[in-house]
Amino acid sequence: MRIVVLVKPVPDPGEERLGADGRLDRSVSAVINGNDEYVLEAALQLVDANGGDVTLLSMAPAGITDPIRKALAMGATRAVLVSDPALVGSCALSTAQVLAAALQTLEYDLVLVGADTSDGGGGVVGAAVATLLGHPYLSRARKIEPVEGGVRVESLSAAGHDVLEAALPAVVAGTQLLGEPRYPTLRGIMGARSKDIAIRTLAEIGLADRPVGGAHATTTLLDARPPASRGSMRVVRGVDSAAAAAAIVDFLAERRAI
Amino acid sequence: MGGIWVVGEVDGAGALTKLSCEAATAARFLGDAAKIDVRGVVAAAEPDAAAASMAAFLPVVTAVRAPETLERPVAAVVAARVAALAAAAAEPPAYVVVGASPDGRDLAGALAAFLGVGVLVGATGLAWADAADGLPAGPRVEMQPFGGRVVTTSAFTGERGIILLRPNMVAAEPLAAPGRVEAGATPDVVDPAPVRVVERVVTQSTGPAIEDARVIVAGGRGVGGPDGFSGLADVAALLGGAVGATRAAVDAGWVDYAIQIGQTGKTVKPAVYLAFGVSGAIQHKVGMQTSEIIVAVNRDPDAPIGEFADLFVVADLTAVVPALASALRARAGVEL
Repeated sequence: MRIVVLVKPVPDPGEERLGADGRLDRSVSAVINGNDEYVLEAALQLVDANGGDVTLLSMAPAGITDPIRKALAMGATRAVLVSDPALVGSCALSTAQVLAAALQTLEYDLVLVGADTSDGGGGVVGAAVATLLGHPYLSRARKIEPVEGGVRVESLSAAGHDVLEAALPAVVAGTQLLGEPRYPTLRGIMGARSKDIAIRTLAEIGLADRPVGGAHATTTLLDARPPASRGSMRVVRGVDSAAAAAAIVDFLAERRAI
Repeated sequence: MGGIWVVGEVDGAGALTKLSCEAATAARFLGDAAKIDVRGVVAAAEPDAAAASMAAFLPVVTAVRAPETLERPVAAVVAARVAALAAAAAEPPAYVVVGASPDGRDLAGALAAFLGVGVLVGATGLAWADAADGLPAGPRVEMQPFGGRVVTTSAFTGERGIILLRPNMVAAEPLAAPGRVEAGATPDVVDPAPVRVVERVVTQSTGPAIEDARVIVAGGRGVGGPDGFSGLADVAALLGGAVGATRAAVDAGWVDYAIQIGQTGKTVKPAVYLAFGVSGAIQHKVGMQTSEIIVAVNRDPDAPIGEFADLFVVADLTAVVPALASALRARAGVEL
């Protein structure tokens, strides 16, 4: 099974900040988006069990290769990084269009995406990519398994889960329940150094002179500011449990919350 | 200019979701400010009841009869029908407002691709602004990325776009007189590639959904095990709330992933967030820090949650939880 995993380098969660231009400061140390690591793990397990290979596909500045290299060390076969100065400031629609175009230059049976991204992404790109390519889209996966000619996914629902099946190629969005991502082994880290990270420009994925990228962004950031302060905080310590409980009840009553 | 469309979401029982009522209200206020039309759209196998509910909030709601959704996941079915309705409309919508539920996000992604428009995700506030600084008149969308560590305002660069509204940002407010429901025809639906629903497995009791709960009583590693969580459930029941958990508690197998709050779980904004044995790691904080009131009980005086709780009680939760349940019972007795 040939699997493409969409991965996004994001600022280390908790370290995110906005630069003077109001955009995300990409100089903060980047890691692979947490939710992408779960689907990468699922992809590696699928390939371990059924054969095939795993290609990482990312859209990011060409300088950000450390997180990609780490994902290669986990066991992915190769990486394709779409990188073009024109892509700085891209919106979610552009991102989906670029990833869909890049996928059309690759051979694959299955595309895996993380549920959402920790840098403010709302988890809409996977569905948009699937729709642009006309592929079936199966989201909120907690289990992914191959079936004859297709894929079967257990998809979380409000009441439990749905068992879904679709023909390949398909796009599957996964959750943390797919399982804890593996740590790269020393051998994996050494091996990743010689693995290929192919850099592709917009022209190379057939999008030269097309309305994608920062200049054609459908959305724009106008202002960023710190949140309003939470106001005064209160600490209660060194009291017995009854007094602690009373302090909580009084506080909630005072704030008209109960 | 086209108007604003609000896509209503229907729950498993065929009813309109609470978030859809909030989205309808937010969109109506936006339309009032912009002096443009707002209409609802409900696409479902049996859309009439949900469409009638939505008409309490909007002057016009279009009900679209979709095939049994067992053939496809709901979001894909709805997105294709909203896109077809937009293509057939004399005036396609300028803006589409969708509730940021899991299905809402899938729907918005698919709809963005169908309509070729941008999406602003996770809106916490909406306002209308006149044209300025090279931007057309349109919605200005407040968002709180990175778990609320930054508050941003964004806009669409053109006069079209999709807005995903987070739950509990707007109080649903009905119209003085309800609007009307009209049947919508979608002759040219292009359904997305088929996904077969083999089985729908129901495993959870249907208490208040954690995203909708006014009060959340959350537990972390410090709760110690499933027994500790049953104590939290008592407190939650007394407050009419829901139980939540950190990833550590879910990973330990004490509670289900469905109630995990944080980066890889749910994002919540209840009126009251009571955290027991929760350290307040950033991965959890991003899912709950915009709660209106945060009360934390932790034995560790240096736990990070102490830095952003409104009330921080340094104590052993195993004694505080039953004491709090007693105090709440006593209080309920007093008030009866």
